[in-house]
Amino acid sequence: MEDSTDRIAAPWGVRTPYGPGTPWPARTDTHLADGVAPDAVERWVQTASILHSDGDAMDIAVRDGRIVGVRGRAADRVNRGRLGPKDLYGWQANGSRDRLVRPLVRDATGRLTECDWDTAMDRIVSRARGLLDERGPGSIGFYTSGQLFLEEYYTLAVMARAGIGTNHLDGNTRLCTSTAAEALKETFGCDGQPGSYEDVDHADVIALFGHNMPETQPVLWMRVLDRLAGPRPPRLLCVDPRRTVVARHAAVHLAPRPGTNVALLNALLHEIIRTDRVDRAFVAAHTVGFDELARRVEPCTPAWAAGICDVPAAAVEEAAELLGGAERLLSTVLQGVYQSHQATAAAVQVNNLHLLRGMLGRPGAGLLQMNGQPTAQNTRECGANGDLPGFRNWQNDAHVADLARVWNVTPETIPHYAPPTHALQMFRYAEQGSLRMLWISGTNPAVSLPELSRIRAVLGQERLFTVVQDLFLTETAQLADVVLPAATWGEKTGTFTNADRTVHLSEQAVRPPGEARADLDIFLDFAARMDFRDKDGGPLVTWHDPESAFEAWKRCSAGRPCDYTGLSYGLLRGGSGVQWPCTPDDAPGGTARLYTDGVPWAHPDVCESYGKDLVTGAAVEPVEYRSLNPEGKAVIKAAAYVPPHEDVTPDHPLWLTTGRTLYHFHTRTKTGRAPQLAAAAPDVWAELSPDEARAHGLGEGDLVDVVSPRGAVRARLRVTPMRDGVVFLPFHYGYWDDPGRAPDADGGPGRAANETTVTDWDPVSKQPLFKTSVARVRLVERSDGTPAPAPTTAGSEPAAPEGVPPTVGGPDARVTHTTGEEGR
Amino acid sequence: MNGITLTLRALHHAERSLEKDLLGAAERHATEHEVHHVAKDLARWSREHAARLADTGGAYGLDLQEHGGRGPGALLSAVRERAAEALGHRPEPGLLLLHDLRELYLAASGVSLYWEMLAQAAQAAKDARLLEMASSCHPETLRQVRWANTHIKVLSPQILTGPL
Repeated sequence: MEDSTDRIAAPWGVRTPYGPGTPWPARTDTHLADGVAPDAVERWVQTASILHSDGDAMDIAVRDGRIVGVRGRAADRVNRGRLGPKDLYGWQANGSRDRLVRPLVRDATGRLTECDWDTAMDRIVSRARGLLDERGPGSIGFYTSGQLFLEEYYTLAVMARAGIGTNHLDGNTRLCTSTAAEALKETFGCDGQPGSYEDVDHADVIALFGHNMPETQPVLWMRVLDRLAGPRPPRLLCVDPRRTVVARHAAVHLAPRPGTNVALLNALLHEIIRTDRVDRAFVAAHTVGFDELARRVEPCTPAWAAGICDVPAAAVEEAAELLGGAERLLSTVLQGVYQSHQATAAAVQVNNLHLLRGMLGRPGAGLLQMNGQPTAQNTRECGANGDLPGFRNWQNDAHVADLARVWNVTPETIPHYAPPTHALQMFRYAEQGSLRMLWISGTNPAVSLPELSRIRAVLGQERLFTVVQDLFLTETAQLADVVLPAATWGEKTGTFTNADRTVHLSEQAVRPPGEARADLDIFLDFAARMDFRDKDGGPLVTWHDPESAFEAWKRCSAGRPCDYTGLSYGLLRGGSGVQWPCTPDDAPGGTARLYTDGVPWAHPDVCESYGKDLVTGAAVEPVEYRSLNPEGKAVIKAAAYVPPHEDVTPDHPLWLTTGRTLYHFHTRTKTGRAPQLAAAAPDVWAELSPDEARAHGLGEGDLVDVVSPRGAVRARLRVTPMRDGVVFLPFHYGYWDDPGRAPDADGGPGRAANETTVTDWDPVSKQPLFKTSVARVRLVERSDGTPAPAPTTAGSEPAAPEGVPPTVGGPDARVTHTTGEEGR
Repeated sequence: MNGITLTLRALHHAERSLEKDLLGAAERHATEHEVHHVAKDLARWSREHAARLADTGGAYGLDLQEHGGRGPGALLSAVRERAAEALGHRPEPGLLLLHDLRELYLAASGVSLYWEMLAQAAQAAKDARLLEMASSCHPETLRQVRWANTHIKVLSPQILTGPL
């Protein structure tokens, strides 16, 4: 049956209810440009989404050499044909008139001017050579994205680590997902999602810890909604200070004070142990460290947590009852934990919950430490985000030697004297002057990093040579010395892996505009011009296109946990996504769940990391790890609650928390150029609870300044039913589409939430804290009756809907969907 | 006064001094954000240890209560943080940071050895109360040591190999 829906007004579309243990029914969503009928589409080209970590599989509609729409792939295990609003409308940004089409270099007068590729690349190569001679490899750093393809990250990792020989390579996945990786390494010795999205089909309890799934992963939320609409639905636990859409569907909603997640989780673990909901046989067989945890959480009663978290003790007990009574428990964790104080310590306690309850490795008993960025998993696997490629352990000489063998270089070529440098430390080195060249690909730190005035000052330094490779002249590109025009999704071929380890192939559908080039081609060109060599004098980078890069990566992944050797472009082409590890002999169809039988990757010889101290971040030494965990079991790691580093004061009496919302993605470079998405959430807003707004004498639509010790943001107020004592700002509104809103020299208010956030990060995962700053709110101007520009459809739903028109998309936002078997 | 009371007194002094050193390093390196924030967290452990030592010391006839000021005054702190920010764009503070981390490592190691001595004496004297205190405080001191060690390991390659 075919029908159509305004998917701005109804972001999750129509329901296809289903019961536990049955397959999720298909529903195929299609959105074509106005006036294009389905039979006018010339070609459908296979791909998946890169606007969130779901990895929704889809086909791109092509006509006259242009992208004219998208359609979900019903056969795919991830989305069964569904698409979220960002998938449905975001593709239009590819065709924007303001795409970069030629390289730019800064001329003698300080202006960015167009040039040819030779000029731009020569300038980069001569600076890189000069710095290598004068200052050594430590003066060059690379900061990449979470939106490139696997082949590109791998090439970048080889080029940076073995070509340049620098330890300074990280991805913006540091901002969204490094805590997921670190928490998995702490508990299981290795990165890699234990569970599968299919666990939604089986779970009887789903716990979402700081995870606003309806807005960050709308298609996965459709799966949950379809379970909720079917027979024997799961019950939900929601932990979030805001009354999100999850909270509205939850059996129990806990809205803790920001920065107190560890206290709350310790109390939940206290209750699980007190009520003896522990799977003793599982704990004995598969874990070490239980006694230490039991001792640590013994004093952490619900009443104790209630005082710290400002939630009722009875609600904590009720939540523990829900978790303790679950037969198939699925937990998911995202930014409410990862971008908060004690991020890794809190995420690890969710792992502990699953170990205690034996909830791993079977359908519905799943653990999803989520990703925010769509190709975050690939930065982690390929060694472009804080680890060596193939989940190799920098502290394990055998792993480094093995990597050197794969690359045919000497082990000394690969820096491994310390962990790979994280993004914020790279910016610190640049600020201090020891890092003199920073190559930024596919990301926009001038909007996405904390304390933006500081970031602008670092990037604006004369002594720092900055290369920016992107689609548009972003806020960051405007500060660059060389700007390289990049091709994007739909204009190049490659693979990428979503949060539940599903690998998809994304094929080139159209040509990139002007002289824009695929990121892979840019990196390969640089490697060739630098003439990087292996130890026998042959070229270091031996591949020349996406498929040969993928084959090279397969050799690097062989025998490691993220083994891709059973995959090929041929296998992925025409088919559906496949979950790694995928090997020709043992797992030719991929692997749905890890740890179905023990935790083999935690073994001291295999593990990716020996772990860190959860409070100090100090590295655990190999000898220590061997004695703690000689057989390589899962490590139950306890952590004490430590108060946040910044606390509310009379001057800054509110907690400031920031977040991503339904219609926008990473600094809006694409979503801000998709008309339906831009219109649904056109501008930044601020949120307060009704009581908090009343106490401040503020109402809906009032223009306010949100002021922190770092800076200020001017926004209209939305009054929403969230907890008191907190102000919320959606992040990533910047300045490219409204340059007049840039903060003035004397610290006047800006538009980007990160003008206000603190420069502080979790000492374990090095992920910045975007959710625990402090602020005050000040009235600038009363509303003339115009409400805040916040959408009404999701977490920013108004507390009092009168006078706030509902968010709709109109005729241009209509999306057809087909349900039932004919949709396949 | 015997060896145990002497050790208690020396340990109390060393913990107070380590707390002060950690807070001082946090202020001097306000632009080294992780060091700045975590050093303050670690100072809290030393403060708690000193309080437990003072509390326990009473049973041994020792008066280890607070003597006068607690670390540098607020004005001095503010001046140090401002100075750190002003120098934040220069490489030399990197060397100062390594120096300070080295001093912290040595100071915390010194504290650790006192805890070791106290724990050994407590076992020999069958003093359960002292042993319990040492076994719960000493691991935190070792974590302070490892923290300084990790930072030295991570930062030395960048700071020591660049031109001065």
